[in-house]
Amino acid sequence: MKLDWSILLQQEPGGTGTYLQYLVVGLGWTLVTALAAWVIALVIGAIVGTLRTTTMPWVVRLGNAYVEIFRNIPLIVQMFLWFFVFPELLPTQWGDAIKQMPPPWSSYIPAVLCLGFFTSVRVAEQVRAGINSLPRGQRFAGTAMGLTQGQTYRYVILPQAFRIILPPLTSEFMNVIKNSSVALTIGLLELTGRARAMQEFSFHVFEAFAAATVIYLLTNLVVVLFMRWVESRVRVPGLIAAAGVQAGH
Amino acid sequence: MAGYDWDVIERSLPYLFREGMTFSVTLTLLAMSGGIIFGTLLAMMRLAPFRIVSMVAGGYVNLMRSIPLVLVIFWFFFLVPYIGAWILREPNPIKVGAFYSALVTFTMFEAAYYCEIMRAGIQSVARGQVWSGYALGLNYWQTMGYIVLPQAFRNMIPVLLTQTIVLFQDTSLVYVISATDFLGAASKIANRDYRLVEMYTFAAAVYFVICFTLSFLVKRLQAKVAVIR
Repeated sequence: MKLDWSILLQQEPGGTGTYLQYLVVGLGWTLVTALAAWVIALVIGAIVGTLRTTTMPWVVRLGNAYVEIFRNIPLIVQMFLWFFVFPELLPTQWGDAIKQMPPPWSSYIPAVLCLGFFTSVRVAEQVRAGINSLPRGQRFAGTAMGLTQGQTYRYVILPQAFRIILPPLTSEFMNVIKNSSVALTIGLLELTGRARAMQEFSFHVFEAFAAATVIYLLTNLVVVLFMRWVESRVRVPGLIAAAGVQAGH
Repeated sequence: MAGYDWDVIERSLPYLFREGMTFSVTLTLLAMSGGIIFGTLLAMMRLAPFRIVSMVAGGYVNLMRSIPLVLVIFWFFFLVPYIGAWILREPNPIKVGAFYSALVTFTMFEAAYYCEIMRAGIQSVARGQVWSGYALGLNYWQTMGYIVLPQAFRNMIPVLLTQTIVLFQDTSLVYVISATDFLGAASKIANRDYRLVEMYTFAAAVYFVICFTLSFLVKRLQAKVAVIR
């Protein structure tokens, strides 16, 4: 096995530039996918997570069912469901419209929806844990002041909970970045997919995967540093994140 | 649902379960055993008082946790033949099937996650337990083996099992190296008979039933083994 790093500066066969550029564009797709999915995950996760801490039994049960469904099916299977099965369940016209979208979009949109819903469940769990980690007295104090349940959440509980769960949310965001690599199975050429393609075109397996690994590590570093800065800005004095061990990735 | 072909599922059941599910379950159980053993060693290294040892283990764990599993699967798929040749002193890369390649991958990858769980488990054991071990004249390995690790395992059993359910779900990613696990088998039938909707919904249902049942049992176990202090 001879290593030849200059391969990164050679032209890739598609004619879009060097292999290195090819991989960096892949990182772009990884980030664009992860960010779009993150928006969906945060919105749905915040709503579902909050609803699961309320005192309405059927709402809690519905929230629990939602979480169980998305947590107990492997990500790649969910990816196939969104890509192959979802268009078939829609009215024929819509289904055909989705299937006929031009290349990156026909796999980008299912990938974003899949990762968004998959991650929303994990965000919901964090939101719920954050809310439950607040002292019960906070809720009582809200009620004692004459706030309704909605007002207590809006003014007392949520502003504290969201700041507490920032560190676990950071690691969830890194999980979306990593999980977006599963989209290569439905044809999205993100970073890992492009590393594999580069390895197939050039036969430089080691260089291709090593370059992708380094790009992932650098991305992680940037995200961690940025989030550390955000955390230092919004930290609630006296409250630290409950950093319990959890299974998963 | 109109036009849903139940027959293709019924016809392929033996193949799906005898070939596919056997692959998935065997891979999960072996990788779990290997991963917990290697992960525990890594956790002990991370907590060791020697800086180099803890840095090596920490670096390994952080590297594994920073890159996607799919990329790790690709890495090992082409590295394992070379590592095998190096260990066996063969001049050429040896032939390794998808199963052994996947087994090495999942053992090495999940060890990083099991390590973090075991590290928390070891740290959850009261310091006095370690000191009393040393006071009795036990050495490091005896203290670990007889006093610390049994308690650490007990405290962490629910999390270790939950991680194993995650591992079971992750094994479906061997699809990317065309292995015939449960999803791989379903996908082969789906493409051969052009029954994508049927096979993928069925696969999802099977995974859901298995994982939901297992996590329900873990939750019950958690309530049972919780140590009351």
